[in-house]
Amino acid sequence: MRTTAGLALGAALECSSPFVRGEAARKKRKTIVITFGGGARDQETFAPEGQENIPHLINELAPQSSFFTHVTNQGILGHYVATASLTTGVYETLNNFSAVPPEHPTIFEYFRKDLRRPASDTWVVAPSNGFNRIGESDCRAYGPGTGAAVILPKHLLSATASGTTEDFDHLLRDNYETPLYTPRLSGGEFELQQLESILRLSVADFMAHARTLSSPDELSVYIAKRLMQQEAPSLLWITMHDIDVAHSGAYSLYLEGIRRTDRLCAELWKTVQSEPEYAGNTTMFILPDFGRDSDFEPGGNGFQHHRTGDAASRTTWMMALGAGVRQGVVFDDPMQSVDLVPTLGAMLGFTPAESKGRPIKEFS
Amino acid sequence: MQPRDLQAEHFSSYPPEAKRVVLAHLDALRELPLIFIPSLLREVIDYDFKFPAERSAIDGEVALLSSFSQIQRHDRFQAFERLSISPKLERFDWINQPAQFTEQLSAYLWSTHQLDAFRAAATEYGARLHSEVSSEPLPGCRLGIAVIGQGVASFDGRLFKNLRKHGTYFNQIKPEHGLELLLEAVAARSKAYSVPYGHWYVDGGQEGSHNSLLTCVSYKSLEPVREALLRNVRTEIEKPGMGPEELRTHLARLTPSDLGMNPGGDAVLDRFQLKVLTEGSGTQIFSTTFAQWTAREVLRRAQALTLLVRFAPRQRQRPMNELLSSSQGDSEVDPIGSLIDADIASYYHWINQQRLPGYDRSAFLVWFEGHNEALIVAPTLPRGTTSNSALDLGQLLSIAIS
Repeated sequence: MRTTAGLALGAALECSSPFVRGEAARKKRKTIVITFGGGARDQETFAPEGQENIPHLINELAPQSSFFTHVTNQGILGHYVATASLTTGVYETLNNFSAVPPEHPTIFEYFRKDLRRPASDTWVVAPSNGFNRIGESDCRAYGPGTGAAVILPKHLLSATASGTTEDFDHLLRDNYETPLYTPRLSGGEFELQQLESILRLSVADFMAHARTLSSPDELSVYIAKRLMQQEAPSLLWITMHDIDVAHSGAYSLYLEGIRRTDRLCAELWKTVQSEPEYAGNTTMFILPDFGRDSDFEPGGNGFQHHRTGDAASRTTWMMALGAGVRQGVVFDDPMQSVDLVPTLGAMLGFTPAESKGRPIKEFS
Repeated sequence: MQPRDLQAEHFSSYPPEAKRVVLAHLDALRELPLIFIPSLLREVIDYDFKFPAERSAIDGEVALLSSFSQIQRHDRFQAFERLSISPKLERFDWINQPAQFTEQLSAYLWSTHQLDAFRAAATEYGARLHSEVSSEPLPGCRLGIAVIGQGVASFDGRLFKNLRKHGTYFNQIKPEHGLELLLEAVAARSKAYSVPYGHWYVDGGQEGSHNSLLTCVSYKSLEPVREALLRNVRTEIEKPGMGPEELRTHLARLTPSDLGMNPGGDAVLDRFQLKVLTEGSGTQIFSTTFAQWTAREVLRRAQALTLLVRFAPRQRQRPMNELLSSSQGDSEVDPIGSLIDADIASYYHWINQQRLPGYDRSAFLVWFEGHNEALIVAPTLPRGTTSNSALDLGQLLSIAIS
């Protein structure tokens, strides 16, 4: 199943120009990484029986992309620790349910230090409270103040609605991995007053827009778009989370989460095309942080969790599209999720010295 | 504490039957690796509250372990012996808290990248154990029944997608009195094959009228327990120092009486229901998840000879925080979403049934309640075919188990 046979990229091979050239080169190179902090299995996504759930990814984005069919995650399969590993290029071993920073330098720290970029040039939009420390490590050579600011849209909404009669509870679900427990927020967080100073958004406007949304990921994408318009960061990292409702055991909600994420990815890509700062010079990566348990693994319960460490839970896919990416190409060679940071380092010109991954040769 | 240092008095707090099992095999337990023995004790410590099938499995396993020569034991456990364990875990009270130990061990194995090796060792151990411990022959074929889609007037999607290649799809079923016919057939089996905890009826809503020989669990009947559990959790998470791991430990220690279950009830069944609610993710919130997880556990633990699961509409999705804090009012339901949930759940029901002894003779029926669609997987019926025979549910079931 995990081969080109199951995919429908359709478009003919198209050799693109080197990474950025011409008009695009005069603009700042931009990179957007979208991860799904709720593993998705092949059978509900890119396998033939799952493609009905991802019409935008399969019909609109995949033909424009380089698609990697075999991405493995050999680390701990918890969403915070796995996403932290994606940002450091090292399989982190931190407690998945604690608000602690990654042990190794993050891509945001490498990016800013090596390329001498200001704090405003890299942002993280993350789904749940546990992710609020993901922007920077506590490494001595990097650490506090040298990474990315983290926006937790749900927390922002909660703070905004505090003391009002507004009912935004439908957007505030948190941490599906422990549905009976919601961690308290601590550490550096996006302050409410920055809503206006960074996003140029009044509390009233923000709340009015929130009323039109049905899910936390929709709120995250809204915030990401505002950031693109107002700050135009060169490195923007967005982690989606709606899919992880699968932990509740409701398959229909899991599928809804996949379909919503599919739509939101396409929406973000359209925004890239329409924003002058991003059109033509942006590379976007889309990948789930890992998979979910196989239906046939006795220790698991199928789609519901990612606890067994079986092949289905460790294996996923990655899509890259935009500037510097060959279109309509499928790569079946195995890669690891920790390869993302060194790949981005090779593309953008920073050195992720402590990363354990290797640059993907298809981008070199 | 190392296993070699085990003494009888270390098990003084074990329930009587569990203690008896341990003391009868203490010499064998002393020879087991530390990384393995808590997993076994986690099962043994609950022996007094286990189903007969589970007791039989434990008896068989410890008897086998006692029969091993030193060479056999080395051969069986060398993969476990190669794994490291932390000093903190070595100091843990794994005798009295084996479940908490295994949870911490799991975290340690993940963080030290030993999880895959442990999983491989455990899988091989389980496979060899399964082949060496004989089980009692079944008095009849195992039968699984899933009734899905209650309250759905019509559905445009394709049901039973995952099961069709394994069985025969029927599209002209007469739905009249379907549930009654199925419950009657299940009751007849419980009379024909008298097996303690062998015949089950699980309902994701209010249970229908059924024979008292059936072991019945329903979402509706557990409503007071579910509410008590959520109140308990809300109280606990307000306490300083509480985290997800601490909460799991707390939940593992709850007893049926902590949640107001009748002290004069069936202790084994009450413990089972408690574990469904405290160990199953989402079972407290969604009735479809409750029914699916209960079915899984009934098959895994009780090895039911007959299991009828009827799914009911679950509540419409509301945010997790709202669900956990709201205890009043009837919420809206989501019949279509529940049908999709139950459709995959019926597939899992069949998979879990196929993991049990006698799988090659077992039969499985899934019916779209109130409609004319059903599917049977049985050794006597062709796979991947469609039948337009006009049958009622009683006739259909007769075909399944013929």
